Amino acid sequence: MSPRSSAIERLASPRPRPVEVLAWLLPALAFFLVPDNLALGVSIMTYAVAVLALDLVLGYAGIVSLGHAAFFGVGAYTAGLLAVQGWKEPLTGMLLAGAVSLALGFLASFLVVRGKDLTRLMVTLGIGLVVYELANRLSSVTGGMDGLSGFEIGPIFGVFSFDLYGRTAWWYVYGVLILVFVLLRLVVSSPFGLSLRAIREGVSRMPALGASVDHRLRTAFTLSAGVTGIAGGLLAQTTQFVGIDSLSVGRSADFLVMLVLGGTGRLYGALIGTTVFMIAHDYLADMNPVYWEFWMGLLLMAVVLFARGGVVGAGRRLLQTVKTKFARAAP
Amino acid sequence: MIRRQFLLSATAALVIAFPAFAADTVKVGLVLPMSGPFSQYGQQMQNGIKLFMKEHGDVVAGKKIELIVKDDGGIAPDRARRAVQDLIVRDKVDVLVGFTFTASALAAAPLAKEADKAMIVLNATSSGITAANPYMIRIGQTLPQITEPAGRYAGAQGYKTIYTVVADITAGHDAEAAFTRGLKAAGGEVAGTLRVPAQNPDFAPFVQRIKDGKPDAVFTWLPPGEATINFIKEFNQRGLSAENIVMLGTGDLTDELTIEQTGEAGIGVVTTGHYSMAHKSPKNQAFIKAYLAEFPNHKWPNFMSVSAYDGMAALYRGLEKTGGNASGPALVEALKGEKFESPRGPIEIDAKTRDIVQTVYVRKVERVDGTLANVEFQEFPASRDSASQ
Repeated sequence: MSPRSSAIERLASPRPRPVEVLAWLLPALAFFLVPDNLALGVSIMTYAVAVLALDLVLGYAGIVSLGHAAFFGVGAYTAGLLAVQGWKEPLTGMLLAGAVSLALGFLASFLVVRGKDLTRLMVTLGIGLVVYELANRLSSVTGGMDGLSGFEIGPIFGVFSFDLYGRTAWWYVYGVLILVFVLLRLVVSSPFGLSLRAIREGVSRMPALGASVDHRLRTAFTLSAGVTGIAGGLLAQTTQFVGIDSLSVGRSADFLVMLVLGGTGRLYGALIGTTVFMIAHDYLADMNPVYWEFWMGLLLMAVVLFARGGVVGAGRRLLQTVKTKFARAAP
Repeated sequence: MIRRQFLLSATAALVIAFPAFAADTVKVGLVLPMSGPFSQYGQQMQNGIKLFMKEHGDVVAGKKIELIVKDDGGIAPDRARRAVQDLIVRDKVDVLVGFTFTASALAAAPLAKEADKAMIVLNATSSGITAANPYMIRIGQTLPQITEPAGRYAGAQGYKTIYTVVADITAGHDAEAAFTRGLKAAGGEVAGTLRVPAQNPDFAPFVQRIKDGKPDAVFTWLPPGEATINFIKEFNQRGLSAENIVMLGTGDLTDELTIEQTGEAGIGVVTTGHYSMAHKSPKNQAFIKAYLAEFPNHKWPNFMSVSAYDGMAALYRGLEKTGGNASGPALVEALKGEKFESPRGPIEIDAKTRDIVQTVYVRKVERVDGTLANVEFQEFPASRDSASQ
């Protein structure tokens, strides 16, 4: 057997390699090393959940979505409105946020799977705009442009209350991120996940194998919407605020940029892309509050031009080059 | 610019290097839109703050005032919130100043409340937001405060039919309600209401509908910037001004920068607002002279720079009263009921609501000595945030 089969085996295996476990300890380490940056860390991990979900539809199922902010925002408003109504328990609030987005995603998925790439782009964009406008119109419920505020979130497990420094929020979001990652890892390495990739690579051949393409795409999209809703719920709970911008097309585009920056179809690309994007954003905006967007744009262009497959793709290629060099050097 | 930035970072570096000074400084966290479509506002505010500190020194009640600027990127409440969290946790600021948009102020309010930090709000205009944090003071304006007088003025003019045109967002709805309230109080009635999408600034069909209705006056509230400029131009091009239909609005419709861009088309627009560059008071003339001398490239000090200037004035007054104690409860207690003279005229911080009380002026855009100006001709003294009363 060629070495490629082992690679395929590993691709399909959800079991973590030791280096991965170590990598997942990094955020925990960061908690102690940079205790003043917890707010940024919480934001990164919250968005990472949403970008992971986007990777499932874009990276695995091959659906370009410009409407994921709709599910993100609906999740955020669900969690926020629950808290406003007195439902302060965070875990159930977050799960309900996910459930509502899941339901919305299920309905939307019927529209999304119709047509091809460009149609899908338009449909998801449309869904995003419709939901945004609804939130704007229903300002007596959502607070409109002023946002939804003035709610409190109860302590996690009734013990750990959210604090000013974001310590509780940090562990809460970290925990959810790990669970979401494990879930998505199981999904993408399952036969279902492999069939998604098969659809992405050759959509016309799949029906010949007796696989229903639409059904699989709908499932992936629905699941992705639900996970994105969880991210929205986390944002609402950790910031005690829901702004209408969480539904905006700009937010959808941000998700897309973070994912492409890191590299699609790898899950880790979503994590690394989000981290790089947010840290660069924070660092550049602090360095120069007026012209930072210029540097941000330059960074993105550099990645697109010189690092095909995003940060992770480039890293992998670099590793490959080094390996072959060493292999040649050693007789 | 670069040198100023360098100086700022150099002072920051000094402070980090010598933490012994920390006790003698009051750190002020500025949350302003320095990038994006509203960066002009951020610049205006920063200029107002710098001007005040240049005139009054950077030491008050024995404490050195140190500024830390954070960009909130316009209407992005979660960024504003994280900026505030960073300012409190990482930079350990004592006071928060800024907040251009209501959403940003409301997103930051719970944090500032928990950390006992005073928030001096320079612009966020929705009604009653000071309730969100007991240490929040608003120094700028409130939307009902400047809108209701427009209704009262219109009612007193005896216009028979009045239309309202507002952007279909929360602020637009609030403006429509406040105008109608003022108009009713003066015995008038709105004949027709139009709500235009905030995202789509193509006003031709709306302006045509107004023209067909032949009203005496039209009240307008739109998001400041591109939308207001386009609306004023469209209104003029379709000949509504020529038919003597009066355009009414709030101060942001004919902000100094905007009327310069609309040119002749803006002449005759009547607005109610709290600040005009043409305000005739020695304080304002001195302010404008100093501003133009300090920032020759920013020719139009507007309500944003004045509000920032006054925000610093309030902070200095508060610190003098507390003897340099910058904690939220002390500072806010000292500032309750505070009255002072601003370039815009007399202002007061309401003792109960901590909201701004000020004269609202009725102004008309006219050409004065070759430049367009908002010329004040009527006053509504001691106007309050009417919706929350």
